Amino acid sequence: MHDVLIIGAGITGVSIARELSRYDLKVCVLEKEIDIAMGTTKANSAIVHAGFDAKPGTLKAKLNALGNSMFDQLSKDLDFHYRQNGSLVLCFDENDLDHLNQLLQQGEQNGVQGLMILDKAALIEMEPNLSDGAVAALYAPTGGIVCPYEMAFGMAENAYSNGVEFYFENKVLDIKKSNAGFTIKTNKGTYESKLVINAAGVHSDEMNNLVSDSKLSIIPRRGEYCVFDKEVGSYVDKTIFQLPTKLGKGVLVTPTVDGNLLVGPNAVDINDKDDLTTTQSGLDDILRRASLSIKKMPSHAIIASFTGLRARTEADDFIIGEVSDAKGFINAAGIESPGLTCSPVIGIMVKDMVVDMLKPQEKECFNPIRKGISRFTELNDEDRQNLIEANPAYGNVICRCETITEGEILSAIHRPLGAKTIDGIKRRTRAGSGRCQAGFCMTRVLDILSRELQIPRTEVTKFGGESKLLVGKNKEDI
Amino acid sequence: MQEFDLVIIGGGPAGLAAAVAAKEQGIENLLILERENKLGGILNQCIHNGFGLQVFKEELTGPEYADRFINLVKEKKIRYKTNTMVIDLSKDKLITAVSKTDGILTIQAKAIILAMGCRERPRGALNIPGARCAGIFTAGTAQKFVNIEGMMPGKNLVILGSGDIGLIMARRMTLEGAHVNAVVELMPYSAGLTRNIVQCLDDYEIPLKLSHTVTNIVGKDRLEGVYIAPVDENRKPILAEEEYIPCDTLLLSVGLLPENELSKKASVKLSPITGGAEVDEGRETNVDGIFACGNVLHVHDLVDNVTEESYIAGKAAVKYLKGLRIQSDRIEVKAKDGARYVVPKYINPRNIEKSLDLSFRVKDIYKDHYLSVYFDDSRAIHHKRKIMAPGEMQTVKITSEMLNAHSLCSEISIVIEKE
Ligand SMILES: Cc1cc2nc3c(=O)[nH]c(=O)nc-3n(C[C@H](O)[C@H](O)[C@H](O)COP(=O)(O)OP(=O)(O)OC[C@H]3O[C@@H](n4cnc5c(N)ncnc54)[C@H](O)[C@@H]3O)c2cc1C
Ligand SMILES: Cc1cc2nc3c(=O)[nH]c(=O)nc-3n(C[C@H](O)[C@H](O)[C@H](O)COP(=O)(O)OP(=O)(O)OC[C@H]3O[C@@H](n4cnc5c(N)ncnc54)[C@H](O)[C@@H]3O)c2cc1C
Repeated sequence: MHDVLIIGAGITGVSIARELSRYDLKVCVLEKEIDIAMGTTKANSAIVHAGFDAKPGTLKAKLNALGNSMFDQLSKDLDFHYRQNGSLVLCFDENDLDHLNQLLQQGEQNGVQGLMILDKAALIEMEPNLSDGAVAALYAPTGGIVCPYEMAFGMAENAYSNGVEFYFENKVLDIKKSNAGFTIKTNKGTYESKLVINAAGVHSDEMNNLVSDSKLSIIPRRGEYCVFDKEVGSYVDKTIFQLPTKLGKGVLVTPTVDGNLLVGPNAVDINDKDDLTTTQSGLDDILRRASLSIKKMPSHAIIASFTGLRARTEADDFIIGEVSDAKGFINAAGIESPGLTCSPVIGIMVKDMVVDMLKPQEKECFNPIRKGISRFTELNDEDRQNLIEANPAYGNVICRCETITEGEILSAIHRPLGAKTIDGIKRRTRAGSGRCQAGFCMTRVLDILSRELQIPRTEVTKFGGESKLLVGKNKEDI
Repeated sequence: MQEFDLVIIGGGPAGLAAAVAAKEQGIENLLILERENKLGGILNQCIHNGFGLQVFKEELTGPEYADRFINLVKEKKIRYKTNTMVIDLSKDKLITAVSKTDGILTIQAKAIILAMGCRERPRGALNIPGARCAGIFTAGTAQKFVNIEGMMPGKNLVILGSGDIGLIMARRMTLEGAHVNAVVELMPYSAGLTRNIVQCLDDYEIPLKLSHTVTNIVGKDRLEGVYIAPVDENRKPILAEEEYIPCDTLLLSVGLLPENELSKKASVKLSPITGGAEVDEGRETNVDGIFACGNVLHVHDLVDNVTEESYIAGKAAVKYLKGLRIQSDRIEVKAKDGARYVVPKYINPRNIEKSLDLSFRVKDIYKDHYLSVYFDDSRAIHHKRKIMAPGEMQTVKITSEMLNAHSLCSEISIVIEKE
């Protein structure tokens, strides 16, 4: 019997898990995929929003600036990359200046610090590569960028080290109220828990609807992106938004915390919650619209594209709290943007509810610190030399584009909640995320995974399930 | 820190030939750095034959061709380090490399030859929409799986791009028991050698769909199929004629890019057309004492040409080390009307002993056209060629007599002419 069972190992679920790991509670996380952060958490804009966007009065507005303020300390404790680069909302039409001012006021109402309006001259001085069309901008110095999956690994590994159990490839199929709490059925087995927390992302409506008569309905809303080579990664320094107009919300251009350039997203409602395909029209559309913001779109430097799905509900706000007709079932549902930014506070909010219900003791041995994988490229030559002497695997470069060594890959596999797939290695180390997109390192990473996990090479997958890379030996079918 | 007269980065056919040439010209203190566990470069995975017809006058497989040079390197006692990746290079010729046994290695060289080869363009470079599932590989990655590891990346394929690697892999996969549905090529002509189209596709009845492209990729975990469509004259897909091909694997052979990340760190100037360095007749780049040859300079279709070019670079590097290279009055060589690029980009006439080969590629297929070389406005060469295709590198010889006769000329140009 668990005290708390969390459905979903996205940033919401793992943030809650980490907060709960401060207490003497038996907590587990069930995740249908093979790894952490395989839902929306792996595919979004990765912006730590300042907080001017949300309508005052909503939960989003209440949590955003607060969440933002926690990133500095959190990124140090959990050793993930975060940079407060600041963001700009561009205004392209003098007639929209009122609207820009309203945004500033809204931000101040939401508790965002340091907002100011920049005129064209100040703007161009700050970002010389912006297009001539921009007439003014709202500047939010507290805006930041983060690697969302790296953050989720940090949260999850820390939660795990503090006692939270994780069960992967466990898809929750049914939830029944029982005397002591809930019985949760997955494709792998049955779990009992006093409380259940629903952090199932785009599927959180389905989980809610298993136990409650107040039905939720999530319509996945697709957002497509293009990622650009590091060669153009500093084309802009700030995150560049466009002031929403009658024509739409606009798309952003931003550096990523790892040094690439990111452009997107559009917004298209779709039916299939597992449909992560990109479309020609979508990619064309974001590139065209983003061109308004910058002088020249470096289209030659695109290295990848991807899709993320927003968990859009009718409420148009986060749904956080105990379900009234299913006591002990807590929703953290409909967590769309700025869900990543708010996740640390959502963790605390939900923890407070649990503490209220179960009155647990705080652990004495809770350790808030997690050490990430030492990145070879970020070290000086002396530290590199020491690292290689201690462990020669750090002298073997596996990914040529990002200079990722075998030592880092071994660490990714053998650390708590380690990588089991090619994508798992990629998200933990960046091997394969550079300009050749794994053309060079795929065979090597596959060999290392097979060797370290002691599985045949034909069993190594890209991201679990049937996503195998090799189908057999040569001439088998002749 | 170690010091060497000459360091060669990359131990593929280019690096090996350059090293052999330099040693033959009397340089003793030289070193080859190679990141793989074996010398030979990409040839190690090219187990088909068709190598060496020009250099050795016989047909060798890739590994056999490489072995000839590896043996020469060993006979000549040229020093090399494998499993050693160069990670940094400065314009002052300071090299940083890393390996398991040496840790961080810093080397000061007096001259450097860049011979890092090329890499394949990935899916992202084309921005093909659709699923991001398993089963999409570059042809070279698939070649490594099959030829080096004996493992099949798929059994039912579509190949996008008709570059030589794609063509070779169409045959290889067929021989290993897979089914190749089609090779799909965006352009109205193949980017590969004619002999490869005949020997790898025609002989196995694999359709080559010219002026077609992949428009969508379908699959959840593993690839389930691709949509292909013909393209119009602007290379935009005609979606009304889209066709679905079920398959478990898509191989991409959509172009090679010289691997010049290190060159950029050393401020080597690159050509926007070839992606390789802009060099003079000795293959010296804009950075004093840094030379380049092989696929890192421009993508070659035949290894024999790589070898020839690398001899030139190796010899010129020795001249440089001996203070015998003359750099004055250099003339720019330009590719014009119909010619896409030409290597070298500059000529110092006083370094030319007898003659000099210019290597170039054309932009389109030209049948019965003339290849002309102009010294300013004066046409010195005018040869009819039966066929010139973008997939086959062309060469033309200019002699020291021609250079002498036009000693005041300011530019040399290669032009493809109708008559
Ligand atoms: C296009 C886009 C851009 C965004 N940009 C930003 C931004 O810049 N800044 C920001 O702060 N936020 C942004 N967001 C929002 C942010 O990404 C999300 O709020 C956040 O990632 C949601 O995390 P989650 O854990 O709730 O959901 P998810 O990451 O989707 O996690 C849910 C998990 O539950 C699992 N699961 C589902 N069903 C089951 C089941 N039955 N059994 C077991 N497991 C199950 C899933 O596999 C998944 O791993 C963006 C979102 C999108 C779509
Ligand atoms: C699939 C394929 C099929 C081919 N078929 C034919 C054919 O049938 N006939 C024919 O004549 N030619 C063929 N070729 C062409 C010929 O093989 C190439 O032109 C030739 O191998 C290029 O030689 P290279 O030395 O420039 O590059 P490579 O062979 O690529 O060698 C470059 C070397 O540099 C090393 N290197 C790169 N960066 C670093 C670094 N930072 N540190 C250390 N080492 C580094 C690499 O590991 C590699 O070993 C084919 C090529 C390919 C790819």
